[in-house]
Amino acid sequence: MARMKFLVDAERCIECNACVTACKNENEIPWGINRRRVVTINDGKPGERSISVACMHCSDAPCMAVCPVDVFYETDEGVVLHSKDLCIGCGYCFYACPFGAPQFPQVGNFGSRGKMDKCTFCNGGPETDKSDAEFKKYGRNRLAEGKLPLCAEMCSTKALLAGDGDVVSDIYRERVVSRGFGSGAWGWGRAYPGQGA
Amino acid sequence: MTAISGCRRWVAQLAILALIALGTTFALEIFDPQNAQAQSSVRPPANATTNVTGGTVPGMSRSSESASEIWRAVRKGVKGTVSIPDKKAGILVQSEGDSWRAIRNGPITNWGAIGLAGMVSLLALFYLVRGKILVDHGMSGRTITRFADIERMAHWLLAVSFIILALTGLNIIYGKYFLLPILGKSAFAAISAGGKWLHNYVAFAFMAGLVIILVIWIKDNFPTKADFIWLAKGGGMFTRGVHPPANKFNAGQKILFWLVIWGGLGLSLTGIALLFPFQIDFPAGMEPVQQMQFATVWHAIIALVLTVVVIAHIYIGTMGMEGAFDAMGSGEVDENWAKEHHSIWAKEVSKSKSKPRRGRKTRAAPAE
Ligand code: SF4
Ligand code: SF4
Repeated sequence: MARMKFLVDAERCIECNACVTACKNENEIPWGINRRRVVTINDGKPGERSISVACMHCSDAPCMAVCPVDVFYETDEGVVLHSKDLCIGCGYCFYACPFGAPQFPQVGNFGSRGKMDKCTFCNGGPETDKSDAEFKKYGRNRLAEGKLPLCAEMCSTKALLAGDGDVVSDIYRERVVSRGFGSGAWGWGRAYPGQGA
Repeated sequence: MTAISGCRRWVAQLAILALIALGTTFALEIFDPQNAQAQSSVRPPANATTNVTGGTVPGMSRSSESASEIWRAVRKGVKGTVSIPDKKAGILVQSEGDSWRAIRNGPITNWGAIGLAGMVSLLALFYLVRGKILVDHGMSGRTITRFADIERMAHWLLAVSFIILALTGLNIIYGKYFLLPILGKSAFAAISAGGKWLHNYVAFAFMAGLVIILVIWIKDNFPTKADFIWLAKGGGMFTRGVHPPANKFNAGQKILFWLVIWGGLGLSLTGIALLFPFQIDFPAGMEPVQQMQFATVWHAIIALVLTVVVIAHIYIGTMGMEGAFDAMGSGEVDENWAKEHHSIWAKEVSKSKSKPRRGRKTRAAPAE
């Protein structure tokens, strides 16, 4: 079975925020919650790069490890999902998550943040696939519809890739070969500064 | 006919005009030295600053430079910019989360469990070896007042809130290992959600209790010479018939008092930070999320240490020692108990017996 993965090619991302908008619209995400965001490093300076980031659906997910009420589960395809019915809004998943993925509807009204919300890889939640209840709580279950996450489908430069990890890394490997260097390959910028391709 | 031929003439005249214009321009371009210069210099002059990006063209689909320095910095938590309102989201990778997870699920969980289990087994062992500490001279039947109403009220306010906070807090760390398998996910989640609410509100009762005991007992909790002797003799707890003199509070109780005060202060401050997440910015030079991680870790460590200590306190105040519970129960302790365990204090009280004690309503104790 495929292991679903996200990959962002920072050499391609143009910070258009289409993925963010697509996600918000497809899943009807309320104001204040961003399942996906675009972060720009060195904004306005030479060497500027942008990266679209959401839940990465980690192996050995830190959020799952720290949740005191054990709301997370991993699907056969490696997607990390959670149950909003069980969540007590303690915020621990946010403290543990390396990518700042978990979101809360309230900032904190006496420690009450509401139910945690995060990217589901467009795969809904524990409710029946494609049901109304599932859509209201978790958004569209595109995987159940045989489609991939809309953010990546919408990406005009194909910087954001989502899908079977093997296919995603094959595509990326091709790009790396054609560029002639491992984009972000560890040590290249340090060892061969300014040599370019 | 005439219209057509007229039109043709028009076109021919226009064409000639255009040719002349073109020719003139061409001639001008060839012979005007100024213009010729402009054409050949699509490149900047030699003294211009070029190559500002170091050869990189951001956004090219095939980039020309490996950016590993950037990624190394990002891995170490360098913050970028975001266009969404939540500026905290500029952090791409926060590795502190991994450390937080490791500390919480590792040492805190493990050492907490060892501490709790260790204290319970120690007390069980102590009970088996030493048994209940009895009043050596037997109960006299006469009592003296040890704690006034306000003192007992403050103690129980603190005690009851602490127990509720401790149980609901322990549930957050250990519940999923012990309660969840028994109750099932839904019931456990419901209980934990209730526990969280209770924890958040009862915290204020705890803080109130903390302030009151600080005010009413601080004067009795400064160390005295007797405390060192008391400590050197192990409080007489390990030998029958040994009763080192003590004031109103013995050294053990004083240590407990200061642990509760300082620990309680730490718990209150970190607790308030957790109660209002990301709304209080401590000037600690940390990212907001790191402050929250710091607060949860401290909160858990202090709480576990205090819980372990308080278990011993509960033991000695109830099943561990004859006559001890009365002090906080009715407030009236047996005279012999007082003479054995708090001899200095007992002497002071019996001397000033006729006068009503400070802070106490005059109410005749049964023995008077
Ligand atoms: S929420 Fe964070 S820790 Fe959990 S799977 Fe997603 S990226 Fe990983
Ligand atoms: S906020 Fe919800 S999902 Fe996150 S750790 Fe707490 S209970 Fe689990």
